[in-house]
Amino acid sequence: MQEITFNLNGEEVTVEVEPKDTLLRVLREKLFLTGTKMGCEESECGACTVILDSRPVNSCTVPAAKVHGKTVVTIEGISKNGELDPLQEAFIEAGAVQCGFCTPGVILSAKAILDRCENPDEEQIRDELSGHLCRCTGYLQFYDAIRIAVKKLQEQKTEK
Amino acid sequence: MRIEKYLYPTSAEEAVRMLEDYQGEAMIMAGGTDLVLWIKEGKREPSALVDIDGIKELHSVLIQENEIILGAGVTHAEVAENRELKKRVKCLTDGCRSVGSPQIRNIATVGGNIVSAQPAADSTVNFVALGAECEIVSAEGRRRVPVEQLFLGVGKSALNPGRELMTKIYIPLPACPYATSFQRLAPRNSLALPIVNVAAYLAEKDGRIAEARIVASPVAVTPFRLRQAEQYLTGKQVSEKGLAAAAGQLAHDEANPRDSLLRGSGEYRKVLVQDLVTKAVEEILGKLLRGGAEHAGNNV
Repeated sequence: MQEITFNLNGEEVTVEVEPKDTLLRVLREKLFLTGTKMGCEESECGACTVILDSRPVNSCTVPAAKVHGKTVVTIEGISKNGELDPLQEAFIEAGAVQCGFCTPGVILSAKAILDRCENPDEEQIRDELSGHLCRCTGYLQFYDAIRIAVKKLQEQKTEK
Repeated sequence: MRIEKYLYPTSAEEAVRMLEDYQGEAMIMAGGTDLVLWIKEGKREPSALVDIDGIKELHSVLIQENEIILGAGVTHAEVAENRELKKRVKCLTDGCRSVGSPQIRNIATVGGNIVSAQPAADSTVNFVALGAECEIVSAEGRRRVPVEQLFLGVGKSALNPGRELMTKIYIPLPACPYATSFQRLAPRNSLALPIVNVAAYLAEKDGRIAEARIVASPVAVTPFRLRQAEQYLTGKQVSEKGLAAAAGQLAHDEANPRDSLLRGSGEYRKVLVQDLVTKAVEEILGKLLRGGAEHAGNNV
């Protein structure tokens, strides 16, 4: 066992891990953040996506020890004080959630796009979401949701 | 076997010392997108993991007039998004953009892709086509090796990740005009290994093709140089008609991909090699003729 410390959803956490433990397992089984889903566990489906130092990655193939000293954001970290992130609201409004299994990962990839680009075009969105499998929605609702979120974020900005 | 320790060196030399401490039983951990899976499947059983993230020189991108020096720990996303690299080595940025998915490209490293030595890798064919060399550090010191010589077989690299670390990749840029192309066909655009990919590089001097490197994969156990097509093109006038089709035909005759349940029949993939080589050479010649070369002096 080895102790690692990293920033998780804005707070420093310290946890004991085995060198072979994946970030996915540590998040779910040691830190009890089960919003990050365990799907294929071989980097194919995107259900386990988290944001590592501003970039979405598949936590199922990241050794937990690798994030020592780094910053990780999971789906639990994007709502604040019980209020949903505009992206989460947009996913509800667009009907982009059905069974919900892929949703946390997709929302985090979408968040990573919007953090880098205020108004992404369709190709950018398709490209950035291409590492997610969704068996319910048919993907088009993700695109609608992101468009709604772009609007919400722009409105928030003008209000400020 | 149990992995005893996860280590964080801050220099290449320290990393190699750590590897030596474990007498070849430890392994370098770069992005982990291959290695973590192999450990889970029991295909690799290292006794310790040596993480490269803290080694600064592995993460730098240096663009000079006559060469590009890429840190081996640079990610595929970093290469794919770099506009200055796209101007100079378009095949490489296109190839890196084809690897896996965004989540994989965000962490998988170009050095790792070379060392993994998978025959279908979309970035490595480009390093071979570009005539790249890499720097390797071991307990004996640093040495430079052509990337092409690192591939020994499927998953077999001449670099021993239990003793050695790749630090840099050197891509030479000629003083004369040149252009590159990366072509690929896969069942779908994301998260699919290529049925065939082709990387090509042609350089021009005084209206003639002065240098040609054309590489296809996975048509053999290692990236495959289409030497007959290369030889045919070398010395030809850039403006000569029918060059691309003739190079494609030679590539067709030269490549000998096997029948694969995953990728299609050998005969089908031979035709694909022909088509992709023709397309790549056509694209490059078009660029050279229209003055759209990726000349190192361009846009600096």
